[in-house]
Amino acid sequence: MKRGEQRFVRGNSASVTTYRIAIVGSGPAGLSAAAHAARLGLSHVLLEKTDHLSDTITKYQKGKHVMATPSQLVLRSPLDFDAGKREAVLGTWNEQTASAGVNVKYMAEVTSIAGTGDPIPGSVMRIISRKRDGTSDTREIQRRAPPYRLTLANGEAIMADTVILAIGTQGNPNLMTCPGGDLPHVQHQLDDPTAYSDEHIFVIGGGDAGIENALGLCADPAQNNMVTLVNRSADFANAKDANVKALMAARDAGRISLMTETTTRAIEPGFITLDTRDGEVRARCDRVIARMGSAPPRGFVEGCGVEFASDDRLAFPKLSATFESTAPGIFVVGALAGYPLIKHCMNQGHDVVEFINGNLDLKPADEPILEAKFAGLPEDPGSRRSVADWLEHLRASVSILNGMSALQMREFMLDSTVRLYRAGEVIFERNAPGSSLFGIAEGEVLVEVNPNDRSITVPIPAGSIFGEVGLISGRRRGATIRAGEDSIVVEISRTAALKLMSQVPAAAREITRITTERSLLQIFKSGLAPADLVDVIANAKVETVRAGQAIIREGEQGDDIFIIRSGSMVVEKSIGGKAVFLNYVPAGSYVGEMGVITGAARNATVRAAVKSDVIRLAGEPFRALLAAKPQLLDKLRDEMASRTRLNAFIESKKDSFSGVVDMYTGVANFLVEQGVGEATDVLLIDEKLCVGCDNCEKACADTHDGLSRLDREAGRTYAHLHVPTSCRHCEHPHCMADCPPNAIHRGPTGEVYIDETCIGCGNCQRNCPYGVIRMDKVPPKKPWLLSWLLFGRGPGPGEPSPKWAKKHDPAYAEKAKKAIKCDMCSGQEGGPACVRACPTGAAIRVSPEQFLSVALMDREER
Amino acid sequence: MAADGPSKLGFGRKLMTGKAVAPARRDVAHEGFLTHRRGRWARIAAELSVAAIAVYVMTDPTPRHNGGTSLGYTLGTLGTAMIVWLSLLGVRKRVIGSKPFSLKGWTSAHVWLGLSLIVIGTLHSGFQFGWNVHTLAWALMMVVILSGLWGVTLYATLPEKLSANRGEVTQQQMLEAIRTLDRQLDTAAQPLAAEEAALVRLSLERCRIAGSLRQRLSGNYANDGNALALAAVSERVSAGLRAGRPDERLQQIQFLLERKEAALAQARRHIRMKAQLELWLYIHVPATIALLVALLAHVLSVFLYW
Ligand SMILES: Cc1cc2nc3c(=O)[nH]c(=O)nc-3n(C[C@H](O)[C@H](O)[C@H](O)COP(=O)(O)OP(=O)(O)OC[C@H]3O[C@@H](n4cnc5c(N)ncnc54)[C@H](O)[C@@H]3O)c2cc1C
Ligand code: SF4
Ligand code: SF4
Repeated sequence: MKRGEQRFVRGNSASVTTYRIAIVGSGPAGLSAAAHAARLGLSHVLLEKTDHLSDTITKYQKGKHVMATPSQLVLRSPLDFDAGKREAVLGTWNEQTASAGVNVKYMAEVTSIAGTGDPIPGSVMRIISRKRDGTSDTREIQRRAPPYRLTLANGEAIMADTVILAIGTQGNPNLMTCPGGDLPHVQHQLDDPTAYSDEHIFVIGGGDAGIENALGLCADPAQNNMVTLVNRSADFANAKDANVKALMAARDAGRISLMTETTTRAIEPGFITLDTRDGEVRARCDRVIARMGSAPPRGFVEGCGVEFASDDRLAFPKLSATFESTAPGIFVVGALAGYPLIKHCMNQGHDVVEFINGNLDLKPADEPILEAKFAGLPEDPGSRRSVADWLEHLRASVSILNGMSALQMREFMLDSTVRLYRAGEVIFERNAPGSSLFGIAEGEVLVEVNPNDRSITVPIPAGSIFGEVGLISGRRRGATIRAGEDSIVVEISRTAALKLMSQVPAAAREITRITTERSLLQIFKSGLAPADLVDVIANAKVETVRAGQAIIREGEQGDDIFIIRSGSMVVEKSIGGKAVFLNYVPAGSYVGEMGVITGAARNATVRAAVKSDVIRLAGEPFRALLAAKPQLLDKLRDEMASRTRLNAFIESKKDSFSGVVDMYTGVANFLVEQGVGEATDVLLIDEKLCVGCDNCEKACADTHDGLSRLDREAGRTYAHLHVPTSCRHCEHPHCMADCPPNAIHRGPTGEVYIDETCIGCGNCQRNCPYGVIRMDKVPPKKPWLLSWLLFGRGPGPGEPSPKWAKKHDPAYAEKAKKAIKCDMCSGQEGGPACVRACPTGAAIRVSPEQFLSVALMDREER
Repeated sequence: MAADGPSKLGFGRKLMTGKAVAPARRDVAHEGFLTHRRGRWARIAAELSVAAIAVYVMTDPTPRHNGGTSLGYTLGTLGTAMIVWLSLLGVRKRVIGSKPFSLKGWTSAHVWLGLSLIVIGTLHSGFQFGWNVHTLAWALMMVVILSGLWGVTLYATLPEKLSANRGEVTQQQMLEAIRTLDRQLDTAAQPLAAEEAALVRLSLERCRIAGSLRQRLSGNYANDGNALALAAVSERVSAGLRAGRPDERLQQIQFLLERKEAALAQARRHIRMKAQLELWLYIHVPATIALLVALLAHVLSVFLYW
């Protein structure tokens, strides 16, 4: 290591050591990099913000079982890593870091990184920061050559030729900025809520983290804490419904005080001063727990001259195949580079040091995985394609992949598959669920546009994509697609496709253009060809609509037509001064056709049931299209007539059965509020029939490893219609958003399920707005039912208690908790067990189109 | 497709098959068990009964109608088979498995065919009653059917009330709310004088949520600890008010006791209805077992005498 140091000491900073490598962040990625650098004898320093290694993993809950997926990936790090308890994993790393002679510097938060060499000509970093009010600032940074100066929070500076950024994605918690916000009794994290007692505690922030902390602190009355939750706004819009309900219950039970529309003015030892709507309040306070969210590390990273792929929230830094960012000499690895699994992180730590050390021929550890993906594809006998060749071939031939870097292609391919389809082979069928996107690398596919006649097809050529409707809308495939000739097709999983769209803006634009055109063709059919749509599409705009926001208002003039791309809409009409629910419109349909046809004012209001994307088509070019295509006009007229009939029917009912219509509207609105608008399949319980026997829960447990995936009694109720806590199989599942091993998928019958690669991180549980995912471990098998019936052996039908499980399985206590949720009983011939097992017919599973219809009205008339 | 490639590699990722797999056939109709399949079982039961009556009236065996005629044997065999099959509902509802079946359909058949047994069983007897094992079997059958009828009535009327009473609160939360009020009462009672504190203790220690059997049956909880405490405290509060010396601490206690009384009332109604929904089974199920035994005796004795 001395050798390295000597060589890189610079004349102008002789007093400061210039390290060969500075590693920022001691998570699995940074730690592995530092250990490898130490083993190679490179001069290095590992800078860690906290006073311990690997803060993210240290913060896992106590005793968490850390999993080492993907299992087929070899580990090539100087540190060992095996699945096991958090404590054991960290223990091994601490030991091995010390014995490897890693040069760690704790409490060393890096606040800026700047080159100290000459300005790099033409290398300017533009940083756009968006403010709450919608305006934005642009800052420009001239990049400079290495060595880099890393400034620490305490003002100290460290010089290094290369920097490895491995700071993960946790970011920094937003700090209390009021006077006294830095006092020792102000904390930004709560590891163990049971550790405090007899204290006056203020929790600042009404998001999920704040609410969960506050509830934890007051859960056990024996702790005798006086807990107050302070929230800036009047409601808790950012928190999950289940959390808000629990909070309100705790308040009503007198366990917690809430202060809304309140901000902190000052903190002093023993007291806190708050600004409330009614003026200033000073109160006793022994501890402040500030949970005001965290700022993603992006701002800091951009400040170092590292460019991100796009403005998208999901975007990662732009990196070369050797993990080098747009700032020469700054490398990014680990979760920040888009690889959230520990094993990937550790391998990258190793690899990046190899690259920096000049070993550019190193093949990444995932090479064998990718090799397997390309095995079996046809190629010229003479010239075998390497993995890199294949990646390059795909990148060059599929247009939306053109903008990807070699590294992005590798990562992309890990989440995708590629295969050969023989001519005539079906790729997917109409009505199959599916949200993956397909790219044609070679060959051609045929879309069967007429389900009744397979011979009528439309070709899609090589280089293009298909399947985008499923990806965007989350709905079933609209047409069967088969290979027209022998074709090589890449199937891009939903996750990979979303990543692609956020990394490569050009790809996102291309996908949007294609979806717009194809959804128009698919919806309006009527012999339209892409050429007819040129004008309409040129004027089309994709807009995002918030839940509840109206796109069409009753009584207003307007002739735009809207196609619902994702999400869903509800149609309402004001009758006798009251908004009456008319209809539910799912993604893939259009609204607003009456305006174009009749030119009259809008006769109903259309608003988003959930956050939705719509394509707005201007009326003028559309009218021209209608004039040219009379069949299209007829089709729209038919649709309009049937919608008008429905409206008239409901209006006539309103006159005679006003109560029924009000109830219908009430129930429909309630269901929409409960997320039925984004559901594909939801369990409802008619409480006029439910006798509370819980046979549904028992059946669920008995058919799913002894764990029930539904809580019948919990959940909201309106007019005796109960929405229990159970998965809605959302069109765009929120739970999928942030699953490190990508364990959540949509299955062949449309169910959203979690596979066995789950590492139990709990992200999905936090992300599901309906609180339907539980983290638990599988109990041992129960004795046969008959022996319970006859001899009372075992716990009987339903979920066994953890106590029983512990007694009958010695390993139970040590088992890892995993995420479990409803899988719609996929694979069970009889369909959903909850419905089968309901003795009275109270439990039904429905899709919103089936249920949110006039049929609802019959229910009310009964 | 290539999808099983990655899963073999340990990724476990079954990508979509691309096939439009039809989801398992399921019952999506929103009908209760009485009207299952637009009243299929009611219709079958009615047809069965009408047919049995028609044959009974149209035939005129000698010496008279009884279990020994060919119609009697037919009805007896049919009745026995139905009784045995209907009693299997208890097993069926506990064995879920993955095969298609609808417990609602089973319940529907159970109810309607069970009712038709009144006709079939009675016609089988040829109205010959006496103090013997045969009539015992018939009587037990009637007990089972009538208790079942009682159960059906409860199933038809109670759920709506149960749902209205609980609102969106779970049973767990109801009990939790009462415990929380207890804690608050305990804290609020700390500064009180011994005599007043004793009143609060009445509510804390002598209050049973479900109450005694008598209270449960009568629904009258006036002599429960909390009600007594509330009455006594209210009296003191109003006495204080009349005397112009309102006691704030006692008023707070009164308020908490009132809230607890309301919470207790809700929980009791809930428990009461839940119990009612099960209570009838305590007659229905034992009577069924007795019926099966009596039926066996009846059948054996018929064949032995014969
Ligand atoms: C609850 C939970 C459970 C999980 N379970 C698993 C599992 O079982 N298996 C699995 O493979 N993955 C799991 N993951 C994912 C995995 O933990 C992370 O993706 C991984 O730790 C990322 O590693 P990293 O090295 O990139 O960054 P991190 O581990 O996040 O480490 C970053 C480090 O950098 C430090 N740092 C940050 N900013 C600065 C700065 N400015 N200056 C200096 N230091 C800084 C931080 O303090 C931290 O120590 C889980 C994640 C969570 C949240
Ligand atoms: S678990 Fe996923 S699919 Fe199910 S309700 Fe929650 S977010 Fe939706
Ligand atoms: S399924 Fe949920 S708990 Fe499991 S790894 Fe994915 S996000 Fe984490």
